[in-house]
Amino acid sequence: MRAEPVLLSRDAEGLFWMARYLERVENLARLIDVVQSFESPGREAESWSALVAIMSDQDKFETAEGAGDPETVRRFYLLDQTNPTSIPFCLEYARTNARTLRPLISTEMWRQINVFHRFVAQIQPCDLEGDRLSRLCNRIKESVQTHTGITEGTMYRDQGWQFYQLGRLIERADQTTRLLDIKYRLLVPRDREARRLTELTMWNAVLRAAAGYHAFKRLARAEFSAEDVAGFLLRDPSFPRSVLLSVRRAEYHLDELRRIHHLPHANDAIEQAEYLREFLLERPMQEVLEGDLHGYLDRVQILLSELAGATGRAFFRDWRPGATTAPEEQGQGQGQVQVQTA
Amino acid sequence: MDNERTEIFADYAPQQFFCELTHARGDDGGVPTLVRERLERIGVEALRMRATAAETDLIDRGITFTVYSDATAIDRILPFDCIPRVITPSEWRQIEAGAIQRVTAINAFLGDIYHEAKIVKDGIIPADLVFGNANFRPEMRDFAVSHGTYVHVCGIDIIRNEMGEFRILEDNARTPSGVSYVIENRHLMLRAFPDLTSGVKLRPVDDYGRRLRAAMTEIAPGNVGDPQVVLLSPGIYNSAYFEHVFLAREMGVPLVQGSDLVVENDRVFMRTTSGLRRVHTIYRRLNDDFLDPEVFRPESMLGVPGLIRAWRAGNVALANAVGTGVADDKAVYAYMPRIIKYYLGEEPIIQNVQTNICREAEGLAYTLDHLDELVIKPVGESGGYGITIGPRASKAELETARAALIADPEQWISQPMIALSVAPTLTEEGIGPRHLDLRPFVITGRDTWVLPGGLTRVAMKQGSLIVNSSQGGGSKDTWVLAGGY
Repeated sequence: MRAEPVLLSRDAEGLFWMARYLERVENLARLIDVVQSFESPGREAESWSALVAIMSDQDKFETAEGAGDPETVRRFYLLDQTNPTSIPFCLEYARTNARTLRPLISTEMWRQINVFHRFVAQIQPCDLEGDRLSRLCNRIKESVQTHTGITEGTMYRDQGWQFYQLGRLIERADQTTRLLDIKYRLLVPRDREARRLTELTMWNAVLRAAAGYHAFKRLARAEFSAEDVAGFLLRDPSFPRSVLLSVRRAEYHLDELRRIHHLPHANDAIEQAEYLREFLLERPMQEVLEGDLHGYLDRVQILLSELAGATGRAFFRDWRPGATTAPEEQGQGQGQVQVQTA
Repeated sequence: MDNERTEIFADYAPQQFFCELTHARGDDGGVPTLVRERLERIGVEALRMRATAAETDLIDRGITFTVYSDATAIDRILPFDCIPRVITPSEWRQIEAGAIQRVTAINAFLGDIYHEAKIVKDGIIPADLVFGNANFRPEMRDFAVSHGTYVHVCGIDIIRNEMGEFRILEDNARTPSGVSYVIENRHLMLRAFPDLTSGVKLRPVDDYGRRLRAAMTEIAPGNVGDPQVVLLSPGIYNSAYFEHVFLAREMGVPLVQGSDLVVENDRVFMRTTSGLRRVHTIYRRLNDDFLDPEVFRPESMLGVPGLIRAWRAGNVALANAVGTGVADDKAVYAYMPRIIKYYLGEEPIIQNVQTNICREAEGLAYTLDHLDELVIKPVGESGGYGITIGPRASKAELETARAALIADPEQWISQPMIALSVAPTLTEEGIGPRHLDLRPFVITGRDTWVLPGGLTRVAMKQGSLIVNSSQGGGSKDTWVLAGGY
């Protein structure tokens, strides 16, 4: 038996991106579901154009009206195979990665992605109407959760697992910042009491979309504030979709790569994760909210993308090994010769 | 109800063709009868429902080949027919011995033509057929391969005539595919039709991955205890990609693409998360042309620059070796009986399909006299191009063929029309006879081993002789009975 199977850089990258795209699919389904619950009579356009804004997709619509037309937007994210931010596109990408990874992932993982992919490719315009939309979003969400469960139960815990987890966690943190951002993209009534009620509804919907509603209720005071919700989503130490916990877990997996799998190149990425974690805890939440929350979230997104970049430079395809020394084989049956990079 | 059930074979009529299930054979151990009884008991409707479920299972598992068009990718399965093809122990002994003999002769032939070329000097085979062949690789001259093995994996297409005699139709000595379906078909059979297989002693097919890995280890360049083997694939857009995945997994080796490999100091490495790792043996599923842009097609993005240099320096093994295509060429095929005799001093254990070599006066005369009975094939082409099927050709077409033969006889061979054997197959009209062939897979490292069975391809259309998957052909589980072993 070999101590540890080697992992191709390309496959490490494939695992990272497969996990990222699947996490993105789940979060997009959550976002669409929450937008639908924000939708109130006469104000549909606002809700759907908010979704377009947080996905940074405004440019892809010819007119502002198009970006606010519920049906157009729904089709854009649930049916359009050519839109890189749509669910079918992301799932196609995840499956293509899974296809290249078939020697590494379990047969059960591959089979489930394959069946899920077929389901999504067959979504019809009528599936986006009325109460069917919410059911569709739920089914998509649950399919990714099924994937997660199968993966947890069947995937071999070599370095590939660490890269899979990194992709998933970085994407999850990024998506949570977007979910929080959506609240700030929506207009609220000027009247104080109406505004309080509207905001309460919105926060509840955001928490529900993030599957954090009940946990939050157990923690929060009866009269909770925006600060409490933002703080919960950004830096609760135990909430599985909080940005802080995702970053901490990413840090853990990078550390595993260094300690257990002896990959010294993990250091840069670890430093990047440490910096991001400190950034999240640096300022009191109240100060963040009084300032520019959107700008703050943007900054978190940039730091996450830098973390992904550092991981890529250390291990993936764009990582070019430095000067190599190629020691002659000694012929003593010690297995393959490992070439250390300078 | 019972009456209805017993009718499933009532209309089954193989006519003059040899039937692989209903033709009684002394050592069939009663298995064909047992299979028929079991099929009767299941009934045609239930059989159909279970066959449909089995095919859905193949799609879900992604046991597919992918057909790409402009914007869409369509995953197709190789249609699976649930009625097995049965090979008896004595039939298998002949196929196995014939396949080993064939591969041994092909390897001897390749070793000879890339060194002294005695067979050419002795006048057994014309020089231009060998050296003028598009698949002859001058780069291979005077290069010694380990154990003298050039063709590590060979697929031999075997058919059976009306008399029940086996005949070799074609050798596939480059990168033959299909073995994954042999193994997946058996798994599917056991999963979906356990009541058909129950209690029948079959030769297992699960040993292929281990045997292949062992052969790849045997050919690795010197003195490495645990050589690193990889499978080199053109990638997910290749129609045989599923098979590449399957074999990499069965062997337990990395599935690499050209971009994963790099050559430094004439050594091959793969890019891993922990740096460059040395590679010792490459089972490549990439054609010669694409292997190394420094030597072959400069525009190839699929290959590895410097690979051939590393190979010639003896630092990496390639399976199959470069330049094996000269041995499975149609023109050279015609000489195979003579090649076997020349190197092994034996008669072929399985004959070729009778082939008239038109560059020889006798072959040309016979062909011209029997034009309307023969299939006329150009030697240089593959994939069925330029073929004239005498019995189905018009007068004008026959005259065109005659003129071409007389003008340039060296470009042609001719063969009789062959009545391929049949086996009962589940069709929309019920169970009917369909034509089939057999591709056994032969692995050679130090020694040669044949996977018991092989890929049985079946033409799903009535009367059709074309078994290719691209033409709507399907496949069957191939049972080699274990009795006598």
